[in-house]
Amino acid sequence: MGGKSEPTKSESMATKTTNPDLLNTSFFSFKSLKLKTKQQELLLRISILGLVYILAFIARLFSVLRYESMIHEFDPYFNYRTTLFLTEKGFYEFWNWFDSESWYPLGRIIGGTLYPGLMVTAALIYWTLRFLRFFVHIREVCVLTAPFFASNTTLVAYFFGKEIWDTGAGLVAAVLIAICPGYISRSVAGSYDNEAVAIFALLLTFYLFVKAVNTGSLAWALGSAFGYFYMVSAWGGYVFIINLVPLYVLVLLITGRYSMRLYIAYNCMYILGMLLAMQIRFVGFQHVQSGEHMGAMGVFLLMQVFYFLDWVKYQLNDTKLFQTFLRITVTSAILVGGIALGVGTASGYISPWTGRFYSLLDPTYAKDHIPIIASVSEHQPTAWSSFMFDYHILLFLFPAGLYFCFKRLTDATIFIVMYGLTSLYFAGVMVRLILVATPAVCLISAIAVSATVKNLTSLLRTKQKVSQTGSTKGAGSSKASSKVTLDQSQPFQKNGAIALLVGVFYLLSRYAIHCTWVTSEAYSSPSIVLAARGAHGNRIIFDDYREAYYWLRQNTPTDAKIMSWWDYGYQITAMGNRTVIVDNNTWNNTHIATVGRAMSSYEDEAYDIMRSLDVNYVLVVFGGVTGYSSDDINKFLWMVRIGGGVFPVIKEPDYLVNGEFRVDKGASPKMLNCLMYKLCYYRFGELTTEYGKPPGYDRARGVEIGNKDIKLEHLEEAYTTSNWIVRIYRVKPPTNRL
Amino acid sequence: MKQSSVVDLLLLLLAIALFATPAFSDLVLSKVERRIDVNSQIARVTKTLKVVNSGSESVSEFILTFPKFLGNNLAYLSVAHSEGKGKSKRSLVNLSVREADSKGIPDSISVYSVALPKPLSKGDTLTLEVVAAFTNVLQPFPEKITQGEIHLVMLQESAQYLSPYAVESQSLSIKLPNARIESYTKLENTKLQGSELKYGPYKNLQSYSYSPIVVHFESKAAFAVAENLVREIEVSHWGNVQVTEHYNVVHRGAQLRGEFSRLDFQARPNPRGASAFRHLLARLPPRAHSIYYRDDIGNISTSEMQSDSKKTELLIEPRFPLFGGWKTFFTIGYGLPLSDFLFVSEGKRFLNISFGSPILDLVTEKLIVQVVLPEGSKDISVTTPFAVKQSQEIKYSHLDIAGRPVVVLEKNNVVPDHNQHIQVYYKFSNINLLSEPLMLISGFFILFITCIIYTRADFSISKSSPTYLAKLQWDEVLATLQEVQSIIQKCLATHDKLEASLRDLSRTGDIQTCKAARKSTDSLLKDLSKELKPLLGFLQSSPSASHISPKVEELVAKEKELEEKLMAKHTTVVEGYEKKSSGRDIENRIASQQQKIIALRQEIEDLLEFIDEI
Repeated sequence: MGGKSEPTKSESMATKTTNPDLLNTSFFSFKSLKLKTKQQELLLRISILGLVYILAFIARLFSVLRYESMIHEFDPYFNYRTTLFLTEKGFYEFWNWFDSESWYPLGRIIGGTLYPGLMVTAALIYWTLRFLRFFVHIREVCVLTAPFFASNTTLVAYFFGKEIWDTGAGLVAAVLIAICPGYISRSVAGSYDNEAVAIFALLLTFYLFVKAVNTGSLAWALGSAFGYFYMVSAWGGYVFIINLVPLYVLVLLITGRYSMRLYIAYNCMYILGMLLAMQIRFVGFQHVQSGEHMGAMGVFLLMQVFYFLDWVKYQLNDTKLFQTFLRITVTSAILVGGIALGVGTASGYISPWTGRFYSLLDPTYAKDHIPIIASVSEHQPTAWSSFMFDYHILLFLFPAGLYFCFKRLTDATIFIVMYGLTSLYFAGVMVRLILVATPAVCLISAIAVSATVKNLTSLLRTKQKVSQTGSTKGAGSSKASSKVTLDQSQPFQKNGAIALLVGVFYLLSRYAIHCTWVTSEAYSSPSIVLAARGAHGNRIIFDDYREAYYWLRQNTPTDAKIMSWWDYGYQITAMGNRTVIVDNNTWNNTHIATVGRAMSSYEDEAYDIMRSLDVNYVLVVFGGVTGYSSDDINKFLWMVRIGGGVFPVIKEPDYLVNGEFRVDKGASPKMLNCLMYKLCYYRFGELTTEYGKPPGYDRARGVEIGNKDIKLEHLEEAYTTSNWIVRIYRVKPPTNRL
Repeated sequence: MKQSSVVDLLLLLLAIALFATPAFSDLVLSKVERRIDVNSQIARVTKTLKVVNSGSESVSEFILTFPKFLGNNLAYLSVAHSEGKGKSKRSLVNLSVREADSKGIPDSISVYSVALPKPLSKGDTLTLEVVAAFTNVLQPFPEKITQGEIHLVMLQESAQYLSPYAVESQSLSIKLPNARIESYTKLENTKLQGSELKYGPYKNLQSYSYSPIVVHFESKAAFAVAENLVREIEVSHWGNVQVTEHYNVVHRGAQLRGEFSRLDFQARPNPRGASAFRHLLARLPPRAHSIYYRDDIGNISTSEMQSDSKKTELLIEPRFPLFGGWKTFFTIGYGLPLSDFLFVSEGKRFLNISFGSPILDLVTEKLIVQVVLPEGSKDISVTTPFAVKQSQEIKYSHLDIAGRPVVVLEKNNVVPDHNQHIQVYYKFSNINLLSEPLMLISGFFILFITCIIYTRADFSISKSSPTYLAKLQWDEVLATLQEVQSIIQKCLATHDKLEASLRDLSRTGDIQTCKAARKSTDSLLKDLSKELKPLLGFLQSSPSASHISPKVEELVAKEKELEEKLMAKHTTVVEGYEKKSSGRDIENRIASQQQKIIALRQEIEDLLEFIDEI
């Protein structure tokens, strides 16, 4: 005790084994130190957590350092725009906001069609900082919201790991999740999307619920209801919670793990969570009206039946009577539930499952029925390589963790196993859902790592102790050493343990290196600014998107309507500050199909459509000069499909030659003369893009284009960016009739 | 625009015809030389006027006149008179100029009055140097051009000097850009030499003589006009002056008609788009640092910087080339070392900094300069070399409570000639510098204090709830356990001392010290076991310790056993020494005891570790 500065435990051990003469003195200090081991451990744990917290934050700042403090991708621009509106106009204006700048001429009721959690969170952070006299710009707050919440997620992961296994597993889980690429991909600085706060909310809800199940405490259940409320306010993925939790409860019921704790936890969480969730306008009464939420209600009723049966069982001593009673009750309960569900669905009170939900259960559903969902790249089924890319060693640790969980089955481990297995299935169905599976994979892997390391070190430590006592005795006794060898039940156990430990640490360090590499190379690009390596290894920046949007913002009339494919809608409204016809909130399929139809029609037909939509400018993205492959020509088939889905005059085979999509001389005549082709390749035929290639050589597709003599009748080139990536055309007013 | 100016001209001629009034005073301009430079978008006129007083009275005021359509666009006017004789010794002294009311002068003429340094007595001569800069006088004609066309502008002037005084001899030369000249008014004595157009000399002109000329030529200059420029200059006494400038730039040349074709714009060898400008050059003060260039939607990566000890040059390229009528908005910011700009005089500090924009050849229609002084500055006053509109504001920045005083200076129609230094005087005590760090420190202090209080204080609502009581009890149990542990540790330490005394014995053979050691350890151990008793009693009675107390009891029992064994061993050894038995003999006798001791010790340590884990 006292204020002596003590060496750490392992150090003093090392001195002991090497130097028996010093043993007595160091033994004292070691012993007096032992009293403080608890505090030491606490200190160590807090400092590790603190470091992990910081690590999770700074690992996500690559994009800010590489590029700048900016918003990434597509959806974040909408979120940024709404947050800006919220901070400028206040909450009520935000709640009642009718946005006439998008979906012209329909408009969009923003307040009622978004999950406000993210914006409100950022605005609260912003207001708090301003209250504390830190006058930061709202953009900085938005950019750093995702890393901040990722840091918070590590803390939740620690507590969750502690709850299901032990503190060691918690710490490992925190470290793993802090740098796991699967999570970083959606939470780098600037990725200001719903998922940024939603994963935190998801994990928090799960943690609080498991805590509530473990303790049976109302307080924790209440906490988890609020966590659920936050999740509902932040992301549509809350449906996962409202289905996983009942499923878990159902499994516990089936496996005979029903308890009062479970009853309290689930009822409180479900009822309060449901009532709270109804306060979000976008969700509204879905909890009682939509097919996706019916499972939770069914389980809730089942819980009541269980409770009732329990009570009856307690009242009745006769087992035979009870058995009959049980049969009657269960049958009638299921019958009543089934009838209610049937009547509800038939009368239209309970809405059927949505397309997105179907496409989760059946991966091929979207491709056949909803092209607009299938057209989004992040909705594609996941490739194996991206699992490897996003999880790395966790993919191998995951089954090991499952093994440990099954070895020590508790309510908590059952939950994490179920969370892991279901979310991993969904991750396989849709690329973006890897994100949801990441916390579970990290937690289960953490259990594997922690349990393995703990076993190995305990092996090492017992060995050391025996040799210690052997040496305490001092020189002269040969029996002690013989005793040591007797203790070893297996030969080379210690060496094996050391080798395995080294192996584990090697794996973990490879994981850390992989994560850093992936973060810096793959996930830190804002996708608004494109970067490439020049011939001399220098970095070339293509800032064409912003060039075009800024041109729109400055040099078009403020009420100009811009038509583009829906991908760029959010960016045009946020950066260009102009009205768009369609945007990334794909709520009206017909409207999008109209744009798709215009893009895939001949110019004069398209002109009529554009006139009817009051379009002033048309914006297309074209990568033929730079070799940028995700441009509108490559997306064109989706426009045809979506347009054709509503307007049968557009037929996909018209644009294909023998089932092949081409833009060169062999392309179909309809393709060569449709609006999109004309707008992308207008005057491109005169440009030499690559040395040694004919003019009009498309570098993105590697072909010479088929129609070099493009004349525009109703449109004129208004602006083309310096690398031709964005081209903007002005729709001419109709000529006077003669 | 053009039409209205033609109407202006007609009106002017009419007015002059009507008002052929006699000379204002008896001053005569013996020689007038005018040079007009139209290489940039600004028409810069320099005049050398030789004034002779031919009357009888001395004159202290000199009248300068411009046609109204020029006078309305006058951005800058300065009149100097040269002192000393001989060309080498000329030094210019600025004279004060004010706008005068045009009493007796036609409305179509703008009038300025110059106060002469000393009254000009009869027959004396004086040479005045007048510099005037006009904006918006180069009218694009045609007003709309396509991308491939060249940019033609038109200048209207008078070949003869418009003055209320009679002029004996005058000449005009117009310096045109080195490019195509479409047309110009041909009068007598008109010469075009290269790119310089000369009118005159004309002799013995009446007052208010006027002969309009029009020059139509190609201009390659950038017609960059900042419709609105806000310069924020923030003084931090931590060593930095932060300048942030927000530009709303527009190209005021002929507007672009029809398509903008990137292909033509980039075409080599004949790019089309000469009327557009791509770059602006800003000449920042030397030692400018932390320069950034951005706009509403982020950083703009196309800029270059060169710096040396004399200046810092920043070549900024807007996101897109600016054609006629196109606009853009951007912000540049830079830090400057405080020591270069802040000085002290007479107990007051003053900031001495340039007023206008650092961008070359930029006309600013409305310039707002905001000088943000540190929080707590007092007695603020401003001196400017020309008239500006002044007001004060408050700005809140990081960690401000009262806010920072802001001096706002506003001026319309600013040309690069206005880039003169202004001085902002204020009082500021250095104590105020510490307030913000102190605020931060106290903030963190309060945070930590609350953390400490939170961990130490008891916040449970119900002091009688069973869980709370159980927790209290458990805390007590833990405390007792710790005490038990420490006592056992002490026991073990005394055992070690005993062992050490035995080792000393085997080395020195001193039985007495060994016995003394034995005695002291005996009493020590007794005391310790006395201390242990109440603790054990407590553990046994406490219900929440029920699952630990057996272990603790086992521990204590083991310790007792170990103690006994040790004592026995000690006695044997000491006896052996007393009997002078051989070392080997003693070792043999204690061998079995020794083994047990080791085993016991191991068990005790295991138990201790187990208790520790609780």
